[in-house]
Amino acid sequence: MAIEVREVSKRFGDFVALEDVSITVSDGALTALLGPSGSGKSTLLRIIAGLESPDSGEVVIEGNDVTDAPARSRGVGFVFQHYAPFKHMTVHDNVAFGLSVRKRPKDEIRARVEELLGLVRLSGLAGRYPSQLSGGQLQRMALARALAVQPRVLLLDEPFGALDAQVRAELREWLRRLHEEIHVTTIFVTHDQEEAMEVAEQIVVMNAGRIEQAGAPRELYESPRNEFVMSFVGPVNRLGDAFLRPHDIQILPESNGTGTEALVERVVHLGFEVRVELKLHDGRDVWAQVTREVAHELELTEGQILSVRLPAPHVFAR
Amino acid sequence: MSSSKLAARTIALAYLALLLLAPVLMIFYRTFEHGVAPVWSAVSAPNAQHAFWLSLEIVAIAVPLNTVFGIGMALLLERGRFRGKALLGMLIDLPFAISPVVVGLSLVLVYGKTGWLGDWLAARGIQVIFSVPGMVIATAVVCLPFVVRETVPVLRELGVDSEQAAETLGASAWQAFWRVTLPGIRWGVVYGVVLTTARALGEFGAVSIVSGRVEGQTQTLPLYVQDRFENFDSTGAYTAAVVLALLALATLLAMNLLTRRTHRRTAL
Repeated sequence: MAIEVREVSKRFGDFVALEDVSITVSDGALTALLGPSGSGKSTLLRIIAGLESPDSGEVVIEGNDVTDAPARSRGVGFVFQHYAPFKHMTVHDNVAFGLSVRKRPKDEIRARVEELLGLVRLSGLAGRYPSQLSGGQLQRMALARALAVQPRVLLLDEPFGALDAQVRAELREWLRRLHEEIHVTTIFVTHDQEEAMEVAEQIVVMNAGRIEQAGAPRELYESPRNEFVMSFVGPVNRLGDAFLRPHDIQILPESNGTGTEALVERVVHLGFEVRVELKLHDGRDVWAQVTREVAHELELTEGQILSVRLPAPHVFAR
Repeated sequence: MSSSKLAARTIALAYLALLLLAPVLMIFYRTFEHGVAPVWSAVSAPNAQHAFWLSLEIVAIAVPLNTVFGIGMALLLERGRFRGKALLGMLIDLPFAISPVVVGLSLVLVYGKTGWLGDWLAARGIQVIFSVPGMVIATAVVCLPFVVRETVPVLRELGVDSEQAAETLGASAWQAFWRVTLPGIRWGVVYGVVLTTARALGEFGAVSIVSGRVEGQTQTLPLYVQDRFENFDSTGAYTAAVVLALLALATLLAMNLLTRRTHRRTAL
């Protein structure tokens, strides 16, 4: 195991940030810590990095207990949410920092920095200052800086949080490919389930300082262990104790007796997908997600009566 | 430009001209009123020379002391977590609130011959009051808040992220301070140093009390100006005043050049 966190707890005053949290991350894996704000995911990341110390529990990196080791000797690369650039240094000097505090020879530093800037596609910008870079470029510079010291573990705190939607999508894709290339064990924190699903091989879902479930994206989506995971990793309909995914609700051409009768209350076109708000004959509200084609074929209009087939719902023990 | 804007600007400029510009220009005018020769002889008077170098000596000791102390105190106030922090912050500002004369008097009460530490110091042959150490202390106390107050906000703005980044990259606390923190707060520090220097050069009240104002021995430039003025040597007074003004201007100019050059470089 590259990283093991064992029964870590952390309080800030009265606020319980983490309670009895344990995770394991295997060598070379790309893991997401997913949860709403205040769930403790960033605190967990900072404890792994050594930027916070746990009240109890242990952090083990590649078999070494580093719980009491300072951040600088843990061999972690950390990318901060707002990148924490050294504003008075050029891009080159930012990336070179970790090597230069280790007093490595100048030639070696120059070669390594050049290689890394190529890797993060900032080759021509070595002489720029952080204030002259865009958000996406700053992000990649911060990544190159963290990778320069060849960390055993790469930790990213909300790596795409401060970027606009288009750059974000691009960087996600790029991060995944980068990870395939260099294969360093990576953990990133995010509150965006889509981002976690798209980038990570393993997702750890956190809520209120605890771990709700850990597993592959598909596993979490298909067999969520509880209500929180079910509703956090994707859209849900709630019918009493039962939970349904909107795209699992099947809309049939007309009320032909095989399904449940439903009234179309509203049809919302969201590009490729269409959101259909329905009232079932027993008065309960659900919404279904269908493709544009299906909506077109069924000629969905408000006020229409049709029938729907509900999937087997997820029901969680209380 | 609207008429109200114009009026506001005129009033602001007139205020500045009456309060600041006119008096300063008058001093320059009066100094050179009778040509350069009397000015030259006033500048080369031994007591004037002594006062000039003494002022520089005091600045050369007090400013570095306050800079180191100021940065340390700013770090403590901004980053530290301890009881009584607010009280400490107030204490730092005390020299701004108290009249320099009171500062001088209180120093005499502690370090003077009959003062609290007087016997102890006398027994070791150390003279603080009526000599340079006392004047340095008085100057340092009066200028205490400048570096602290200019550094705290830039330290807050810098935040801890970049220091923590340095740490995760393998830097020791010392390396992180020299390579990341200090460069990050340098403009606040520089500004604090400039204000301290200007204030230290001009300090009168506190130094006047602790120095004893011995001509040619414990007379700084401001004290010399006062002395010449009281002795109806107006050329001597005006000349020394102009020298003081020029020193202050040079300090401000130095900062301006320094700031501009580095700002262009980092394009902040």
